Amino acid sequence: MDILRFATAGSVDDGKSTLIGRLLYDSKSIFADQLEAVERTSRDRGEDYTNLALLTDGLRAEREQGITIDVAYRYFATPRRKFIIADTPGHIQYTRNMVTGASTADLAVVLVDARNGLTEQSRRHAFLATLLRVPHMVLAVNKMDLVDYRADVFESISEEFAAFAARLDIGDLTFVPVSALHGDNVVDRSANMPWYDGPSLLHHLEHVHIASDRNLIDVRFPVQYVIRPQAATDAALHDYRGYAGQVAGGVLKPGDEVLHLPSGFTTTIRGVEAPSSRGATAIPEAFPPMSVTLLLDDDVDISRGDMICRPNNRPAVAQDIEAMLCWMSSDRVLTPRSRLIVKHTSRTVKAIVTDLHYRIDVNTLHRDESATQLTLNEVGRVRLRLTQPVFCDPYARNRTTGGLILIDESTNATVGAAMITEAT
Amino acid sequence: MRADYQLSQLDVLEAEAIHVMREVAAEFERPALLFSGGKDSIVMLALAEKAFWPARIPFPVMHVDTGHNFPEVLEFRDRRVAELGVRLIVASVQDSIDAGRVTEETGRHASRNRLQTVTLLDAIEEQRFDALFGGARRDEEKARAKERVFSFRDDFGQWDPKNQRPELWNLYNTRIRRGEHIRVFPLSNWTELDVWDYIARERLEIPAIYFAHERQVFERDGLLLADNPYVQRGEDEPLFSATVRYRTVGDMTCTGAVSSSAATIAEVIAEVAATRITERGQTRADDRTSEAAMEDRKREGYF
Repeated sequence: MDILRFATAGSVDDGKSTLIGRLLYDSKSIFADQLEAVERTSRDRGEDYTNLALLTDGLRAEREQGITIDVAYRYFATPRRKFIIADTPGHIQYTRNMVTGASTADLAVVLVDARNGLTEQSRRHAFLATLLRVPHMVLAVNKMDLVDYRADVFESISEEFAAFAARLDIGDLTFVPVSALHGDNVVDRSANMPWYDGPSLLHHLEHVHIASDRNLIDVRFPVQYVIRPQAATDAALHDYRGYAGQVAGGVLKPGDEVLHLPSGFTTTIRGVEAPSSRGATAIPEAFPPMSVTLLLDDDVDISRGDMICRPNNRPAVAQDIEAMLCWMSSDRVLTPRSRLIVKHTSRTVKAIVTDLHYRIDVNTLHRDESATQLTLNEVGRVRLRLTQPVFCDPYARNRTTGGLILIDESTNATVGAAMITEAT
Repeated sequence: MRADYQLSQLDVLEAEAIHVMREVAAEFERPALLFSGGKDSIVMLALAEKAFWPARIPFPVMHVDTGHNFPEVLEFRDRRVAELGVRLIVASVQDSIDAGRVTEETGRHASRNRLQTVTLLDAIEEQRFDALFGGARRDEEKARAKERVFSFRDDFGQWDPKNQRPELWNLYNTRIRRGEHIRVFPLSNWTELDVWDYIARERLEIPAIYFAHERQVFERDGLLLADNPYVQRGEDEPLFSATVRYRTVGDMTCTGAVSSSAATIAEVIAEVAATRITERGQTRADDRTSEAAMEDRKREGYF
């Protein structure tokens, strides 16, 4: 059984919470006491239906205001897969939280209300999912019951979205007509829409192929931690030096020739060890997202923040970076000359914004080249100059070595995230 | 061996948790791991052992001892810590009471659950810990479902759920000022069933009270509480003998047992997979105070 992480985007009005509630309920992942608590609260609040949004809106403020403010993570499993849902808020003022939820997602479900068709909000959700390179997208056209399950309504929304999607770079796009309230095409195929011959939403989630979304070509191993037992009494461990980290790309095997950055030295992998507490731990290979320890033939000076790759396939060693940046701070704006801290893989360096090329309107995709700053939830194309190089790839090639976060040096707040487009 | 490069869900969760632990060891000066002897912290300690092997775990473990713990669990805690050769710090709620830092609750529903927060925060300050691993999972409770893996605490130990740091990819912001700290939850994405599956796969030892046994219990608010010297039992709460096991392990005063005949891990897993009630809902009196009981306690600095 593997894991599929998916993000849901859409507002309460689109029926997002009902859809999640339906997936959880029909896969028997809502527990009796949770449902009772929701029913009790709904009743106490004078609502005449069981408000499934109360299941996902966990904070006091969210319950009071009836909106989703922050990402909530939900878990359910079917015999085929374990699912992690990042339930993200739909309102524009919580764009940063949607970006957070999308950053680790394998798939995004964008919800639209069949009665309203595509809205500014659905376009924004699709754009942000694409910006974060979520490899698979599902457009779920909800509330089909309210348009009499008409094929032409579904088809016209799908066509309009496909035309919009052509301007984005979406790898895999699927359309599903659903009624979350009644369960049509959520878990089981609906008898109300015989004209639809695709899978139910859950069937698609269970079967979508995600194994090849990882980069298994370019070997990238950011060194996270050096394991040195320093056990003077144990001769076998005395000279042990293991380089621990999570594989960010490619397949590493004992005997492979590898190159160390920043030194440029080449050496050979002597062993790959899986985390273990029971002695024999050698494994034949490592690939993303495994956390492993590498043993190398030569005694090279390697520390946290370094990168192991292949001699003929290296990441950029870059101090100047072009990136799409999402600004996440309400206390501060981003302008050219802003000084920030960059965390990229296991490396932390200082940076200055050397250029803001344009701000992109997340609703219309219009580029405003006259922009002089980015404020909370705005996205723009920037150039960053780093005090020290990072070992990176374009985000489109590798989501781990292509992504970075920005931290305010004085408040320590995470104020932005960026996806590298080019690095030199 | 893995021609399709597939990993099982346990492998993925393990890799993520180990990445988190190594990140903490690399970036913080004084981390510690909260260890109660419960199943989640047992898994967390096993992951720590793996993350740094063949070196020792590079941080101490801390237990906030309410004085109302199950003796079987304390015995297990001490044995496990000795096996690993890690340092155990015990922060005692009784000491906080004796020092006048907190006042013991009285009455029938008296519990030291809430008092633990003061003991915990005092210990963090005294030991100058800058990061604390906790075994909390997001599937446990709706406020926990909202919490980051690296969760910032201000210098009063408080959590501000409306102002959490965005957390993208596997990049964690570990920067804090003196006096502040980060709570780190490596098991965030694990479910109760994942924890049990992992215990089975790794053949981890767990305290005996997790398996069915005979015990003198009484019923209160739908919970089966163990007969114990720390709780006032009313006349309308007669003792009876039952075959039970514990689904969670906390204080004797507020942790309920469940009727069960599960004597092996496989039988426990079968029960967990079939249950229709959440573990906290079935076994914890401390969550029943209000709709937002957990959020309120977390804001104050609770686990």
